[in-house]
Amino acid sequence: MFRDIGGLFLLFWRTLQALPLTFRHRRKVLEQFYEIGMGSLLMVCILSVFIGGVLALEIGPVMVERGLSNFLGGIVGLGLCRELAPTLMAVLIAGRIGSAMAAEIGSMAVYQEIDALRTMNINPVHYLVLPRITAIAVGLPMLVVFADLVGWLGGALVCSTNQQIAVSMQSFFANLRDTVEIKDVVHGLIKTFVFALVIGTVSCHQGLATIGGPRGIGRTVTKAVVNSIVLILILDYFLTHLLVQIEK
Amino acid sequence: MTAAANNHESVRIEARGLRKSFGDHEVLRGVSFTVERGEIFVLMGPSGSGKSVLLKHIIGLEEPDDGELLLEGQSIHTEGLRDRYRMAMVFQSGALLNSLTVGENVGLYLREHRLKPEDEIRRVIAEKLEIVGLKGTEEKIPGELSGGMKKRVALARALVIEPQLILYDEPTSELDPLIAITIGQEILALRDRTHATSIVVTHDRDLAFGIADRIAMIAEGEILEIGKPEDVRRSQHPLVRRFLTADFKRKS
Repeated sequence: MFRDIGGLFLLFWRTLQALPLTFRHRRKVLEQFYEIGMGSLLMVCILSVFIGGVLALEIGPVMVERGLSNFLGGIVGLGLCRELAPTLMAVLIAGRIGSAMAAEIGSMAVYQEIDALRTMNINPVHYLVLPRITAIAVGLPMLVVFADLVGWLGGALVCSTNQQIAVSMQSFFANLRDTVEIKDVVHGLIKTFVFALVIGTVSCHQGLATIGGPRGIGRTVTKAVVNSIVLILILDYFLTHLLVQIEK
Repeated sequence: MTAAANNHESVRIEARGLRKSFGDHEVLRGVSFTVERGEIFVLMGPSGSGKSVLLKHIIGLEEPDDGELLLEGQSIHTEGLRDRYRMAMVFQSGALLNSLTVGENVGLYLREHRLKPEDEIRRVIAEKLEIVGLKGTEEKIPGELSGGMKKRVALARALVIEPQLILYDEPTSELDPLIAITIGQEILALRDRTHATSIVVTHDRDLAFGIADRIAMIAEGEILEIGKPEDVRRSQHPLVRRFLTADFKRKS
């Protein structure tokens, strides 16, 4: 386990050192960015509508009962942009993109493609890891911005159409505008950026360490997704704690 | 332009007492040999004898537990050494990047190291593919190729590097005898053209005796015999004799 953590930090450090080469690898970054962004956008939108809707459905009637319906837009808005959208989108992308990264790099490791790169003096970190981590670090926060907007819309729709809640869209968004500030969205995006680095680094690290044929690739994918999600949820607490302290 | 690109001399390799174990299994047991500049040196031996592991040590993909591997007198793991010399390896499986086309695979080294302009790279790709008999296959993907074709693309990819040291891992395995002869001739032609030092790992006796300047017979991680092909053929070592004379006999 300690070797895994050490390897993870080492890979991240090597990727940071390679950052000046990003422009040189821009074609590969764009390919990965397209895969992460465009490939996941529809799924992100569908999930966000329902996440916003469920949040409104869960807390709406309780707040209405206590005469707090005017604050519903703010609560749903804050809940989504500060916590739910960053965390759930990161979990979704860990499953969709992290697994693909680990499987692709893992299969390259098993079938000696990475050895072939090394024999050509092509650094696998520059060629494979840098474009993936750069693309996910930019792409995931952008997806979360979409998730925030669509989630708010989902919450507003449920609030305005549900008989028990019956808060109009105008009232919902008016309260959301009063309550949610740019710093709340940034709070969520900072967390998302860290989660993106975690997904990219864990998935690439697992992929590069793959041994043992198709079964090894399967194990790699499972470990990449599980480790990413566990790290995201643990880091979520500490990041939130840190950011709340800073905001004070 | 890198230092390697301006360096066209072939290289000398020396292995001194290489030892390597994976867990309890000792794969190399004090292997020592030298490969002179421009020589075709064949490492021959049965499957599982440690040939491919030895090849990975030479190209720097594995580090020995003990002993050292010297390239022009310097350890292969010396910082920056690999930037000064051009080395290529033709893998047993080809090891083509499956996400790239044949042309992209062949041109990968030139593009990644930015050694030539794009139209020149395209010309080189076409030329090298023609040399290995695969003219016009630039747009194919590796999944569409047979085992033999993949191996020839891997050879074209190695030719592009214009290597000073080229390593071949079982270059004729899974190939029919005609293609195997073509590959053998190409190894000879490449050496004659570029004077590159070549190290070939094989258990193909015909290939070994057909192309080698010297042969090392390796079994169970040790070199049993080393010398010119005619010397190895005359070896009295029982394992070497058994390997060289093994023949299929049908029970009557």
